[in-house]
Amino acid sequence: MHTGLVSPKGIWWKPAHKAEKIWVAIAFAWCMVLFAMMPLWHFKGGQNPSGIRHKVTAAAYARRTQEFIRTYQVGTDAGIPVVEPPPGSDVYLQATSFSWTPVLRLRKDAEYIMHLSSLDVNHGFSLSPVNINFQVVPGYDYALRVTPNEAGEFQIVCNEFCGIGHHLMVGKIIVIDGDATASAGGGE
Amino acid sequence: MNGSFRTCPTTGLKVHAQADALIKANAVVATVALLIGGITAVLVLLTRWQAVHLLPADLFYRVLTVHGMNMLIFFILFFEMAVLYFASAVLLNSRVATPRLAWAAFGLMVLGTVMVEWTMFTGRADVLFTSYVPLRAHPAFYLGVILFAVGALIVTSIFFGTLVVAKREKTYEGSVPLVTFGAATAAIIAVITLAHGAAIYIPTFLWSIGVMHVDAQVYRLVWWGLGHSSQQINVAAMVSIWYLLGALTIGAVVVNEKVSRSAFVLYVLFISMASAHHLLVDPGMGSAWKVWNTSYAMYLAVLASMIHGFTVPAGMEVGQRLRGYAKGSFEWLRKAPWGDPGFSSLVFSVIIFGFLGGITGVTFGTEQINIIAHNTLRIPGHFHATVVGGTALAFMGVTYYVIPLIFRKQVAFFPLAKIQPYLFAGGMVVFSMAMTFVGTFGVPRRHWDITFQQAPFDVQFAPAVDLLLGIMALGGLIAALGGGIYILVTVWSVFLGKPMAEGRTA
Repeated sequence: MHTGLVSPKGIWWKPAHKAEKIWVAIAFAWCMVLFAMMPLWHFKGGQNPSGIRHKVTAAAYARRTQEFIRTYQVGTDAGIPVVEPPPGSDVYLQATSFSWTPVLRLRKDAEYIMHLSSLDVNHGFSLSPVNINFQVVPGYDYALRVTPNEAGEFQIVCNEFCGIGHHLMVGKIIVIDGDATASAGGGE
Repeated sequence: MNGSFRTCPTTGLKVHAQADALIKANAVVATVALLIGGITAVLVLLTRWQAVHLLPADLFYRVLTVHGMNMLIFFILFFEMAVLYFASAVLLNSRVATPRLAWAAFGLMVLGTVMVEWTMFTGRADVLFTSYVPLRAHPAFYLGVILFAVGALIVTSIFFGTLVVAKREKTYEGSVPLVTFGAATAAIIAVITLAHGAAIYIPTFLWSIGVMHVDAQVYRLVWWGLGHSSQQINVAAMVSIWYLLGALTIGAVVVNEKVSRSAFVLYVLFISMASAHHLLVDPGMGSAWKVWNTSYAMYLAVLASMIHGFTVPAGMEVGQRLRGYAKGSFEWLRKAPWGDPGFSSLVFSVIIFGFLGGITGVTFGTEQINIIAHNTLRIPGHFHATVVGGTALAFMGVTYYVIPLIFRKQVAFFPLAKIQPYLFAGGMVVFSMAMTFVGTFGVPRRHWDITFQQAPFDVQFAPAVDLLLGIMALGGLIAALGGGIYILVTVWSVFLGKPMAEGRTA
């Protein structure tokens, strides 16, 4: 027996002790369980980062967002347009230093395709308080299929450092119950 | 320059004067970086502790940049350069392959460091450690990183050169020791890492002077080949130091060379793919790419760590039993030298790295958990357990042996040195656990003000967050005290300490 500071002489490729063999077998089996869980969870799990992904220029994405706001705007909130798109539609959320545009009004249990992109630097989409996080990268349109399953007001915190005003960058998503049709035109 | 050797009176190893000097120089610069990183750590901590909220926003991000660069790049890599010289020249009784080039590489690394520090401290690089394009820093920032990386690449080449020299000049018999073998895997991973660094920072430098375009997603992909892989150098170097400290403190043996060496090889083969988990919620890559790179490939590297997590303590137990502490199941552990800071650092490093750092890290590497962890405080909570509680603590532990063996000075304030690992490890456990729990509430990392006082909409985190931030601050301050003691002890010992009895020179 020698320490790790000593040069082993001759052949050191010798059979391992039984305890080591057992441990390596347990560890390997556990790694295989983890390995199996990754794809399994991807197909069985309810929440995945897979989405429709495209490259997009900042100008093109800004145009799409403007068009989206023009079509579905129902008011403004803290100077930011509030939009209420119909269920099933494409929803555009635009990150710039240091704001999220627009404020979204979505319906509970309806599916939307939510597009995320940035016009300048990296930003982070972090939905509070439910804690859902995605990277928002300039030049890329990340379209996620989302179905809000809880009514209420949610904030979008920017959680990727984007500059000196990083802490000012908060947006909003309002989820309304499906039967509250009369609420269209809300916001103040 | 290849002249003199001395014989170490404690270990009997022949130490090349150039190896001696290079280890000292790198260790000193590493300690300076640790000091800068440590002071900025306290400033960051006292700002994130919302009850104190010390710094204004602009200074906070600047200080956070300084903290990240000094800790994760300068402190760790300078220390690892010293480890490479030690594991090659000293452990193999060899001369350093090309001492003049080694000093040139050291000079290059110091120059790069000074350039980066200058841009950061003067507010020309408020881009944080990751410097994600298109956030813009002064070109000297990127150039400094490039010079530093080139210098470090040269040192890894000299490490391999020294292995060749030692083999050819027959300075040792048989195979290289396990510690050298582990350091060699760290050096191989360093080459992969630094090549990524060059591949991303050279275009980024050209972008910063307006010559070319760099895609934001491509930057994130290649940059993480540097950013995470550099932590894999740490892992391989730290595990080597576990074996080294086990040997020095209690004569821990290598239970089976085959098992330990194969585990190191697994790191080389698979750990680089682990970088992919940083991009799990990015738009640029598809699910197949994400799942493959973060599961199949990464888990074999996880297997390697699980093997070392068994063989290191097993070697310690067998070593202790051979020394006569064989009564019952745990006499070997009870009668271990808990007052030796090298030993206590080793034990805490293994536990904190494995249980707090490793387990959190593996879970974040899955798609769904990454959605609830990405860019929250859970992430720094994890890597403070791996890099600080694991790697930095192991480096601190080995320093208590570097001081007498290489600097040939007695460790000053020994009673303080004795409690240092306990303070540091205890503080880091509280700190990183509290930070991880805060993160589970969605509290973002890298954020100046989570009360969002001036933001257009009100954000309220769970009330538990305030309490947990206070606990995090408490743990952080205790760890900082431990870190401060470490710097006091090392600096005092090296520059003002009593010399050891002189060894013979050959």
